[in-house]
This record gives sequence, structure tokens and C-alpha cells, in this order.
Amino acid sequence: MAEIKAIQTDDYHISYDNETTTISCKGALRLSGMDEYEPIVHLFNEVADMKLPLIYFDLKELKFLNSSGINVLSKFVIRVRQKKTVDMVLQGSNKIPWQGKSLKNLQRLMPTLTLELE
Amino acid sequence: MVQLFGDFHQNPIESEEYLRLGFSPSSIPLKLRWRNNGLSADFLADYLTAFFPANEDENTNNRHAEIKCAVGYIANELLENAMKFNDETIHYPISIQLYLYNDRIIFCVTNSISPLAVEKFQAYLQELIHSDPQELYINQLEHNAQDDHGKTSGLGLLSMINDYMATLGWKFETVKKDPEVIAVTTMAQLTV
Repeated sequence: MAEIKAIQTDDYHISYDNETTTISCKGALRLSGMDEYEPIVHLFNEVADMKLPLIYFDLKELKFLNSSGINVLSKFVIRVRQKKTVDMVLQGSNKIPWQGKSLKNLQRLMPTLTLELE
Repeated sequence: MVQLFGDFHQNPIESEEYLRLGFSPSSIPLKLRWRNNGLSADFLADYLTAFFPANEDENTNNRHAEIKCAVGYIANELLENAMKFNDETIHYPISIQLYLYNDRIIFCVTNSISPLAVEKFQAYLQELIHSDPQELYINQLEHNAQDDHGKTSGLGLLSMINDYMATLGWKFETVKKDPEVIAVTTMAQLTV
């Protein structure tokens, strides 16, 4: 049985599906600082700490991300990198221009990360 | 007294196409008006697309989407900073102005800043101006990852420079004495 954790508001939807080991982020993330991002950070940390062999990080429908959100994603990638045994595939979309510009920075933080832009 | 940092043009060439939005920062609490940043940024990005019409050509459409995305991101970050660092103890309006030229878009955002915060901010700007922005950006991300209690990311200006190739400048101006009111204008230039 797939167990799905999710955080949903009018603006965004974050979920983790343990059957596909996929975190998906959809919508627009522009919360006002690290305090407001805390529930999302908590979900990301839980997944990072499971020490899965492979995590899919699906951002294909994440239309907007502010700099505090970039910080949250970067912290997650660094946490995964520090586990040393966890591979990650970052899935983005070329149709959303910010992804082509900013996601490569996450690959700089974790060189073994596979970046798939469709 | 006026102090300039970075790439700031005191008198930008007159543009016939411009838009200015103003906000009265103390009328409602920051948490409630945060959403306004995104709405205003989206509005500015949508507004600008009228000047870069989409057509059948795929390259033009991509450029159109890129400009819209860049304007939305930069306007949102500048407004978020203005709301965050605005001096709440005085009534001074926050404004964002967007000037449109053939080859670039200029954003000017003005807010007040606490006189006590000026020195630290200017020291940061000196570091930003004189460092390799790519290296500073990656170092900031690594630093933030070690710091679970940081309230701000310090990534807004750096991401504009690195990801959107924006050039930035600042003007600090004492607009009133006793009590002292200092206004800071951030100018971001985006080549289109």
C-alpha cells in the first residue's frame, strides 16, 4: 500500500509517495521565510533520513519558487548528499523557465544528482 | 546625504513606458500582506508581456515566457526584501517602478531602512560587489545548510545576479532628519 504524506494549500501541493519514493512539489512556493517553510522542511528531512537507495524529486509542476524556497530545496539536496548512499533524480520541466536557470545550482551542490529536464 | 553602491544610475534615461505601484507598509501586518508581493509581481510580469506579444514563432514564445518568468521572480524578490527590511517604526511608503526600454527592463524598489541596519547592509553590499557571485552563492547555500536557525536565506540578490544575469545597484538617501529617515532604492537591470 502506498503511503502518501501531503501538505496542501490553495497555492501549492507537496507530497511524498513511499511506493515510488517520489517527492512532488506543485504550484507556487513563495512563503515568507524559514518559519513558514518549516512543515515542508520537516517532510523533506523525514524522507532524507529514511536513507532510501533512490529518491525522485519531481518539480515538473512547480511554477514558482522564491529565494527562501530555493534555500529549502538546497538544504534538502545537501542533506541527501550527506547520507552518501542515497541517489537522487531531480525531475524538472523546460516549459517553466526558472527551472532551466536555477536547478543546475542543485546539481552543483550534489554532483551525483541526475537532472532530468523534459 | 546620498551614497551609491554597485551599478546605480541616478537619472535613468526617460522611458515612456513605466509602471509604479505604491504600498503603505504599516497598514496591515506583514504576514497578511505577504501574499501581496506575489500578486504584484505576477501583475507586473503579466503587464509587461503586453509589450512582448506572443506569436506563432516558437523562439519568440520562449523569449516571452523567459521575460515573464524573470520579471515575476525579480519583482517578487525585490518586494519581499523591501517588506522585510523596511523600517516599521516610521511611515514611509514602499514603491516599485518598472521602466521598459528596447534592450532592458529596469526595476527600482524604494523602502525605508532602520539607521541601525545601514552599516551591516552596506558591508554586505561591498562583499557582494567585490566577490565572485557564483562562489558566494554556493558558499551561502552550504552555510545555510549548516544553520538550522537562520531566519533569512541571503539568496535573493545573489540569485538575481547568478540565474537572471541582473545587474544591481543601490542608493541610500537621508530623506528626513530628527528623527532620521533613510530610504534605500535597489535598482535591478535585466537585459532582454
